[in-house]
Formats: sequence, structure tokens, C-alpha cells
Amino acid sequence: MSASTQTISEPTPVVPPNPEPGGGGLGALLSGRLRQVGIFLALIAIVILFQVLTGGTLLTPRNVTSIVGQNAYVLILAIGMVMIIIAGHIDLSVGSVVAFVGAISGIMIVQWGWPWWLGVIAAILVGGVIGAWQGFWIAYVGIPAFIVTLAGMLTFRGLTQMVLHNVPITPFPDAYVAIGSGYLPDLGGGKTTFEPLTLVLGILATIGLVGTQVRERSKRVKLGLEDEPRSWFLAQAVFTAVFILAITFTLASYRGTPIVLVILAALILIYSTVMHQFVFGRHIYARGGNLHAAQLSGVDTKKVDFALFVNMGLLAGIAGIAFTARSNSALPGAGTGFELDAIAAAFIGGAAVTGGIGTVTGAIIGGLIMGVLNNGMSLLGLGTEVQSFIKGFVLLLAVAFDIFNKRRAANASK
Amino acid sequence: MSDAILEMVGITKTFPGVKALTDVNLSVERGEVHAICGENGAGKSTLMKVLSGVYPHGTYEGDIVFEGQVASFAGIRDSERAGIVIIHQELALSPYLSIAENIFLGNEQQRRGRIDWNATNLKAAELLRRVGLAENPVTKIVDLGVGKQQLVEIAKALSKEVKLLILDEPTAALNDTDSAHLLGLIDGLREHGITSIIISHKLNEIKAIADRVTIIRDGRTIETLDLHRRGGGDDVSEERIIRGMVGRDLDSRYPERDVEIGEEVLRIEDWTVHHPLEQSRVVVDHANLYVRAGEVVGIAGLMGAGRTELAMSVFGRSYGRDISGRLYKDGRQISANTVKQAIAHGIAYATEDRKRYGLNLIDDIKRNISGSALGKLATWGHVDANRETVVANGYRKSMRIKAPDVGVITGKLSGGNQQKVVLSKWMFTDPDVLILDEPTRGIDVGAKYEIYTIINQMAAQGKAIIVISSELPELLGICDRIYALSAGRVTGEVDVATAQPEKLMQYMTQEKE
Repeated sequence: MSASTQTISEPTPVVPPNPEPGGGGLGALLSGRLRQVGIFLALIAIVILFQVLTGGTLLTPRNVTSIVGQNAYVLILAIGMVMIIIAGHIDLSVGSVVAFVGAISGIMIVQWGWPWWLGVIAAILVGGVIGAWQGFWIAYVGIPAFIVTLAGMLTFRGLTQMVLHNVPITPFPDAYVAIGSGYLPDLGGGKTTFEPLTLVLGILATIGLVGTQVRERSKRVKLGLEDEPRSWFLAQAVFTAVFILAITFTLASYRGTPIVLVILAALILIYSTVMHQFVFGRHIYARGGNLHAAQLSGVDTKKVDFALFVNMGLLAGIAGIAFTARSNSALPGAGTGFELDAIAAAFIGGAAVTGGIGTVTGAIIGGLIMGVLNNGMSLLGLGTEVQSFIKGFVLLLAVAFDIFNKRRAANASK
Repeated sequence: MSDAILEMVGITKTFPGVKALTDVNLSVERGEVHAICGENGAGKSTLMKVLSGVYPHGTYEGDIVFEGQVASFAGIRDSERAGIVIIHQELALSPYLSIAENIFLGNEQQRRGRIDWNATNLKAAELLRRVGLAENPVTKIVDLGVGKQQLVEIAKALSKEVKLLILDEPTAALNDTDSAHLLGLIDGLREHGITSIIISHKLNEIKAIADRVTIIRDGRTIETLDLHRRGGGDDVSEERIIRGMVGRDLDSRYPERDVEIGEEVLRIEDWTVHHPLEQSRVVVDHANLYVRAGEVVGIAGLMGAGRTELAMSVFGRSYGRDISGRLYKDGRQISANTVKQAIAHGIAYATEDRKRYGLNLIDDIKRNISGSALGKLATWGHVDANRETVVANGYRKSMRIKAPDVGVITGKLSGGNQQKVVLSKWMFTDPDVLILDEPTRGIDVGAKYEIYTIINQMAAQGKAIIVISSELPELLGICDRIYALSAGRVTGEVDVATAQPEKLMQYMTQEKE
């Protein structure tokens, strides 16, 4: 810090230094952080419930792999959606954009014979252009996002059906299909119990994540900024490691790492970092928390809004490719209802309707809760009508729980 | 003391970890205006929430005796039925409903299950006459000024057959004329047999209207002073009340400072601003002013004089349209067409409404402080969160923000501490000119003194400071020079050393020739 920024002296502390919180057991640690960890506990509870109900089928390597494949595209959408919701907007068009991008990629690759990679890149860029189109109306004309994207939902569904002439395009080249349902190469040649590449990646990821956490903490400790007790930090680190390694070994004992998981993991990492540590992310929270205050602080909120929708378009493009690849066909009706799944994931994950609050990881966990519910109920042979009924209930309960928790926290602090 | 309408005896209210009220006693006589005084956070609002049933019976200790009966209100409806109505500082009117609809909201005038609009509007008109508001009952709230909205709140209270009216900071957002009218009205309510409790920071108002004042400090009753409005007894000075509130004498309400004035930093020439919606309306009219390094310059003006509009239009054209005029910074002409450019030119503007325009109330102290100059903490867009915390901690200490750490959500801070966060945020942009719009609005006496001290320190660092304030004593207490603004024009400039408040007031009320 330069001296000029802070020359008002008189550093007499008026408040006693923060006493080291913690002590007590893990239970005491958890109860104070119910909002942070509540959603995670809910996911674990649901996993355990269905593991028991399905007699152990839920967590078989084969089924875990298929949960990843079934939900990756909604999770990709949820990343963009939670950012939009944090900014105080909503995007109803993503399902239609998914379909349109899929259709465009089909036309370029299957009908025009473009190389698959060129088609993929071009189709994702089309998603970005759609985002820019909607972002223009929202940010610079000032039409509420709800209206613009409702219009987009209809427009792009219609466009999809027009360009496809209501006929699916299929089949796609193998390389393209692999994006949705392929795996990283099996280095063990199928002879090992655990696929080696997956193990290596999983262990590297664990070391990387936990290592970063440890490094960050030691930096904070050195600066005297650490206010979380050590036991809590250890619990988090151990949990992270166990979680990743469990998934690693499960996947490794089936067919290895789905390619779409690599894409998803990279996106989660990138976007959590952007939201946490980058100016752009901060501006999104500021815009959603108090628009006027953000503007008067010099934040170009129009640019933020515009960029957010471009970003959502790009992510919808990626999700569109992943979905089309998984179905190996570009369908006129693809992606119907995806916007609602993505919105539900964001809200289950703790995002606030009024904006300013939410996290990427929260939305991912929210999406996983929905995904595990879907999968578990299908395994139990429940019909879609029952599934829909129960998912609706879960959404309501999750948000009610969040509000209840907030109220408790507010009362406790008064 | 024979005819007490209300006795609160031994009220103790505990929140988890905090004792908000300790054995508070309050006795209010029938027909009096009883003021409650105390610093922010002293427990005034909590006491009123206990009284009005917001905190229901059983969540506090002690007794409320209202009209001779021990009251056990389970909620605000119970207390209203008993005749206790509270008007909160933040008005609770629905903006797109009419005056009449608002008055009878929750108490709709019905006949056989249908709204009787004639009765609604007729009764509303009668109530408006009683509060002296010459408006049509079908006028929408959004078309009224704050002063008139306040009167609608009172009319609403009257419609509920109120016996005890509680007003929380009723004049905080009002100009002098509206305040005077409102206070006169409260004074007049006595004749209708209505007792009032008024919570206020403004000691001159308390002196003008209250019969007695109860002082609360740190959740305890300190004393009840009789102001002897009806003659007899000694006069109670404002200083006497302040002493009770802060527990010590404030030698002066304004800290001393050594003035060392340097070169001119900002000059505004021929500045004209039009209203953003009504293009023909001139809000700021060819204003000229300048401010030098180390100088505190005041802008005085009545409501609607164009003070905030002038400041915000200078600050990156945040207000108005068809803005013309010239800005000079350190003698060179600059253009500041966006907030970002204004900040880059070293101009900072701390808003008069920190909750709506100044802070992200759901975010914490450190992120609010870093918000305007995040670039200083970032490399390639990546924010160094550790440095951010260190910086914020520095301000927490130097500005004496009362919070255990900088991770505290700003919405939970008191007004004074929120203002310190806002000031920290602008200091972090390393400005040369700070425009402070109503920097002490809604802040208690002790915290005001701290804010003044901070302003002095900023000036001592060579910052040029412009203070906009509705309180003349405040401007006279902290400024070196004061510009008077009336109807968008700079009508006068006075040197504080030789200033006469009367002359300044004359400038402020000067009409267009």
C-alpha cells in the first residue's frame, strides 16, 4: 500500500482483537456454518438415502459415470445462470440456445462437412453472438432480462425448428460424439483394476486443490488475517481430498474419465476463480447487491450486464455441443426445460432472487442434488410425473431452508 | 405525574449475546409530547419496538402499563388496537396507491364486503384537513414529497383512533419548512387528546416541542428532564441534554483544526444542468465555485436548491442532462463524463443516501471499501484478497469503524459506522477533491464529532473538501467558506470567520429577480 492512500493515522484499536473462534468439536464448528455447509450436507444426505433405497446401485462406478454424463450440460448452464442471477437478472432462453447451437453445429459438420473442431468452435461462437444480441437489449436498451430472454426462448426455439426443418440431424462424427459420451484414453489398456490416467489426474487435482488451500492459508496466517480455526480448515481440506479421491477411484474402476467431466471441471475452476478473485466477478456481485452504489463507484454496470449475457451465450453454446454430442443428433426439441433446471440449481445452491448472493460451487451442488434425485428416482422406477412432483418440492424446501437460516443468522446478530 | 398514560417499568431486553435494554423505565403523561434522546444504538428503537409489540410480550422482562392496565401485546396489531401507533423513520407507504388507499390500508372501508370508495375518500379528506395537507385523497403517494408523505402517515395514525403516537426521527428527511409544519402539527395533537413520543436527534426540535425528555444511554435510562415549556423552572440547555446522551461534556461540537490552505484544486465554471426528465427545467444555473487544497468549503441551500444535483453532475455526470460548463482541475480543464473518469481525475463523491446509493449492504466492509478502486488491488484483473483485507483493516483502525473485523456485513453497522466505511472507500481512491453530501445525516452526536474529525484530517492531508449540508450550524462549525445555493444559482459566498448566519440564510432564500 502506498503511503498516500492511507495517511489518516491514530491507530488505536477501539475493539478488542477477534478472539480465536472454534474450540468445541466438529459439531459446534458445523452449526455455526450451517448456511455454508448446509447444501453440501443435503447432497450427502440425498446420496445416502438413494444409496440405501437402491440397494447400492446409486454409487456403482457405472451409475456414477452416467450421473456425470447426464448432468454435465445442465451444470455448465448453471455456472452461467448463477452469475446472471447474482447480477439480479434471469435467463429463460438457454434451453432454446442449446438447441439452436446444436442444430447449427449439425448443419456445419454433418451437412456442410466442416471439420468437427471448426464446427464446434463456430457453434460456440454463435452462442456468444446470441448472448451479445440479448445482452444488447438488456444492457443498452434497458429491457428487463426476463422479457428479453422470454422472447429469446421463443425466437431461438423457432429458429432451431426452421433451420432443422423439424427433422433431426444425425449421425455426427465420432470425435464430436466423444465430447458428450467419450472417455480419456485408457492407459492401462483395459487390463488394470483402476484406470491409471484417471488416478493420476485425480491425485494431481487433489494435490493441486488442497495444496492451494494450504498455501493460501499460510499466506493469510503470515499476514495475521486468518480467522478460521485450524480444525475447521483441516476438516475442509480432508473433506475436499476424500471427495475428489472417492470420485476418482469410482470412475477409474469403470471406464475412466468422461471427457465432458474434464470440460466441466475446468469451467468450474475458471469461473469460481473469476467470481472470487477477479475484478469482473466483484463487479457482478456489486451490481447485484446495489446497482446505484455500483454505478456511483465507477462500475460500468452496462458493460457488466452485456458481458454476462455474452458469457451465458458461450456457456449455452458449450452445453449445446455437449448435449448434442451425447445424443449424437441435433434435435428440434433439444434442451426444453434446461433453463428451469439451471435456475433451480442456482437457487438450491443458495443464490438470492434479489441478486448479490450466490456462488458457482453452490450452483453446482444444487445441480448435483437435482441430478442425483433424477437418477435415483429413475433407478427406483418412479415415473416422470412423480419425479417432477418431488423435484418441485425439493426446490421449495431448499429455498425455505435457506431463508430460515438467514433469518436465524439475522436474529442471532441483532 | 398523576395521570400517566404509559408506564414502562424495569424493561430488560436481551438478544443472543447482547443486552440491548437494562432495567429501562419510562413514564409518559397524558397529553404531553415526550422526547426520547440517545445516541444511535443506545436502545431507543428497541424500546419502541418493545412498546409497540414488534417484540411480543414474553420476549422481554418488565411491565408495560398502558392506560392503567398491564399490556401484553402479542404483535403490532394488538398495540394498535389499544391505541398505540408507531411511525417509523423509513416511511411505510405504498407508492403507487393513493393517499386514501394508504390511509385505510389494512383497515379498508367496506360495505357488504366491497370497498366503499366514497367513504374512503371522504374520510381521508377529513383526515387530511386535520393534518393540514391540501392534497386530493386520490393523489398517488409517489407524487408527494417526503414532507407530505410524513403527514399522510400521521393522518393514517389518526384514522386508527390513536391515543399514543410514536414518531421515530420524523424530521430526518424533511427541510426546515416541512419540519416546522410537522412539529406544529404534533404540538397541536395535544388538543385532540393525543400523547406523542418523539425520537429525535435534533435538540432544537426537542427544545421547541417536547414537555419532557428521557435520555437513554447504553440501554439504560439516564434521566428524565422537565423542559418547563409552560414556564417555571430553569431552562435546560442543549448542552445539558448532550451531556446526558454522551455521558461527558462536549467542549465543542466541532473539533478545532489548523487551517493551511494551498492552491486551487477544483474550479467549476458556468455549470448548468437540466432535469433528466423535464428537459426545460434548469436545476443548476450557471454555477461558479472553486475549492483549494486543505480547504473545507460548504454548500448551503434549502431542499430543491440543486445542491446534490450540482455535486452529482460534476461527479461523472451522474445526474441530469444537457450539462454545460467547464471543470478545471489544478488549473487545467478536464472532462469527466463518466464516474470512472471523475475518479481517475481524483474526484470523489460520498452520497447523501448511503443505504441506497453508497453501500452494498449485503456485502462486507472490506469489499465495500475496495469497491471504487479495485484496480489498485488487482493485477490483470486478479484481486489480491489478502492485500484487500490488510487495506480495509487499516481503515477500520484509522477511521475507528466499530466492528470486530472487516468481514462484517455493512448492513449490520450503525449509521455512523456505515458512513465511515463510505469515507474509507473514497479515501482509498486517493482523491484530491472529496464532495461529501450530508455526511452526518442520521448519525448520532458522538459519531458526528468523529466524522468531523475525519474531515479535518482529510483536509490536513491537503485534500480539497466540499461539504453539502442542511444544517447551518454544522457548515458554520466545520467550513472555511460557504457558498449559498438557491434555485440552482450560487447566490452568495461567505467567509466563515466573518459570517453571519442571517446573511447566509438570506442568500439561501433569495428568489430569482
